[in-house]
Amino acid sequence: MVQRVCNVALPTFGVEGSEIEQRGSFRMTTYAAPGQPGSVVAFEARYDHFIGGEYVPPAKGQYFENPTPVTGKVFTEVARGTSEDVDRAVTAATGAADAWGRTSPAERAALLNQIADRMEANLEAIAVAESWENGKPVRETLVADIPLAVDHFRYFAGAIRAQEGSISQLDADTVAYHFHEPLGVVGQIIPWNFPILMATWKLAPALAAGNCVVLKPAEQTPASIHVLLSLIADLLPAGVVNIVNGFGAEAGKPLAQHPGIRKVAFTGETTTGRLIMQYASENIIPVTLELGGKSPNIFFSDVAAADDAFYNKAQEGFAMFALNQGEVCTCPSRALVQASIYDRFLTDGVARVEKIQQGNPLDTDTMIGAQASNDQFEKILSYIDIGRQEGAKVLTGGEKADLGGELSGGYYVKPTVFAGDNKMRIFQEEIFGPVVSVAKFDDYDDAIKTANDTLYGLGAGVWSRDGNTAFRAGRDIEAGRVWTNCYHAYPAHAAFGGYKQSGIGRENHRMMLDHYQQTKNLLVSYSPDAQGFF
Amino acid sequence: MSRVDLTEAAADLLRRLAGEHGPLMFHQSGGCCDGSAPMCYPAGEFRTGGADVHLGDLDVAGVAEPVPVWMSRAQFEYWQHTHLTIDVVTGRGSGFSLEAPEGVRFLIRSRLLTDEELAELGRC
Repeated sequence: MVQRVCNVALPTFGVEGSEIEQRGSFRMTTYAAPGQPGSVVAFEARYDHFIGGEYVPPAKGQYFENPTPVTGKVFTEVARGTSEDVDRAVTAATGAADAWGRTSPAERAALLNQIADRMEANLEAIAVAESWENGKPVRETLVADIPLAVDHFRYFAGAIRAQEGSISQLDADTVAYHFHEPLGVVGQIIPWNFPILMATWKLAPALAAGNCVVLKPAEQTPASIHVLLSLIADLLPAGVVNIVNGFGAEAGKPLAQHPGIRKVAFTGETTTGRLIMQYASENIIPVTLELGGKSPNIFFSDVAAADDAFYNKAQEGFAMFALNQGEVCTCPSRALVQASIYDRFLTDGVARVEKIQQGNPLDTDTMIGAQASNDQFEKILSYIDIGRQEGAKVLTGGEKADLGGELSGGYYVKPTVFAGDNKMRIFQEEIFGPVVSVAKFDDYDDAIKTANDTLYGLGAGVWSRDGNTAFRAGRDIEAGRVWTNCYHAYPAHAAFGGYKQSGIGRENHRMMLDHYQQTKNLLVSYSPDAQGFF
Repeated sequence: MSRVDLTEAAADLLRRLAGEHGPLMFHQSGGCCDGSAPMCYPAGEFRTGGADVHLGDLDVAGVAEPVPVWMSRAQFEYWQHTHLTIDVVTGRGSGFSLEAPEGVRFLIRSRLLTDEELAELGRC
C-alpha cells in the first residue's frame, strides 16, 4: 500500500461534533483491494444468513454471485434466501423480542454505544469493504458513510435514554399516562446506495426502541454488512438482529407479507413502495417508505454578488450532484439558476464539475467512483440518450468513462451537466447517476413553481445571501428537507423524509423512535365515585 | 400504433418467466434506487387502480396471455410524449421484479413520439 501523508482537508457531511477529527486524519493512499496482500479487509468466500445469533445456510441451498462494481468481477457469493429462511428469521426474532423489549433503555444504549465503538475502531476496514461493495470512493466512506453510521448509533443510544413518556392531568381526578413500548419484530429492506449507513438508519432507532429486526440487504450490495456483522456479532443477543439475504421477489416479499412482522421499513422506489403498502395492508401494519426524489437546487442571483468564499461554497453545492455517483435519493439533480447570473454561474459550475477526479474508488484522491451495478449503469446511459433526444444540451460528460486496466470492467459514467427545460424527462425522473439538469428561472415565484413541479418532495437546496429569500424559499418548497446554503449533510439530529410521492414517515432525529414504538395509554381515575351512566 | 413495445431479448425472458410464473404484468416504477425501471410481476400481484394508466398490452409469441403494462397516472403526465421499449440487460436489481434472480434486469428505452403518433394515440 503506497501511502503519503497529507493534511489536505477532507470534506465533512454533517457528522456532529467531529469535524476536527475527520479532517486530515486519514493518510492519502490507494488501498489494496480486499483480499489482496496488504488489504485492511478480506471478505469471506461465502456468506450465509445470520439468524438467531449464528450463520445458517439457506433452506434451498442456493447462493448468488456478488460482483464489485469497481472491476465487475465476482468477489464472494451470498445466500439466496426464500420464504423458509424468512420464516426462520422471524421465528428467531419473535423468540428474542420479549426479553429484548424488556431491557432497560440504559442496556440498549450501552449496546448501541459498543457497536459504535467497534465500528470506529475498525473504520478503515469497514470503509474499504463498503467502497469495494458499492463502487463509491473510499474518501466518502472514510469521512461520511461510516463515521455517520457510528454517530447514528451513538445518537440513538442517547435519544432512547432521554426519551420520556407523558402525563396529562385531564381533570381533578383523572390522569392519562403515555408510555412507549416496542412494536416487536420489524422488517427492514435496505437499499444499495449506502448499504451500511442506510442499514444503520433503520437498525439504530429500531434497536434503541427495543425491537427485534429481520433485515434484508439489497441484492446488489449484500456483503459489506456481513463485514460489519463480523465485528459486532458477539455484542448482539441471539435473535435481536437477523439478516436474510436474497432477492426482492424471493426474500423481500415474504418478509413484507409475514404475519409475524409488526412494521415494515423500506427505502427504494415507488412501485415497490406501493407493493409493500399493499402487503402491509394484508396484516394491517404500518410502513415507513423513503422512495426518492428529484431534488431542486436553487441558486438566487445574489449568490454571484461577490467572488468570495460563499460563491465558492455555492459552486460546490452545484457539483454535489456527483456525490456518491449521484446514487443518492436527495441528489440535487435539478439545478435552477436565476437568469441574471445563469451564464456566468453555469460556466463556473461546469468548470468545477470538470475538476471532479474520477478513478479507482480505493484511491483517496478519487472523488467519483463506479455506479453500483451494470443495470444502473445502463439505465443512466438510457437517460442521457432520452435527454439528448428531448433537446437538452450536454455541457460536459454525457458518456461512460473507460478508466483502463482492471477498471475497464467497472461501471463508470462521466459527471454530466445538461441544460434544458423542467418538463423534460431528465428533469422529472430520478436518474440515480452523476447527471444534473439545469434550467433558468426569472424570479422568486418562477423558482418556487418550477421547484415544486415534480412528483416528489424529498430534498431541496436553496442558495442566497439574503436571509429572507432563503428562509421564505425553504418554507415554500414542498420537500421534507431543504438544505439552506449547504447540501448533502446528514446529521443524526435532523429529520429526513419526503413529501408527495417521496414516501411516508421520517428517518433520523429522535422522532424516528416514534416509528418504532407503540403508544400505551393508561387512563387512570382516582375518584371513588361512579361515573353515573348506569 | 402502441405506446409500448419490447425487444426480442425481453420477449425471450418473458417466455421463460411466464413458463415459471404464469401470466405476467408490468408496472413502471419511479423514484429512488431501482426506480424508473419496469417491474414485472405475476398478473394481479400488483393492485392497479384509478391512479394508474394502462399503457398497452404486450403480445409475446409463446406466451398465452397478453402482458399489460401500467404506469401511475401522475408519472404518465411527464412520460406521455415518449414511446417506451422494454429491453433487458445483465444486472442484479431489484425491487420485487421477477427477473432479478436470473441475473438480468428489464430496462426502459425511450424515444420521442412524433406529432402524428401523438395525434393517433390521443390520451390514454
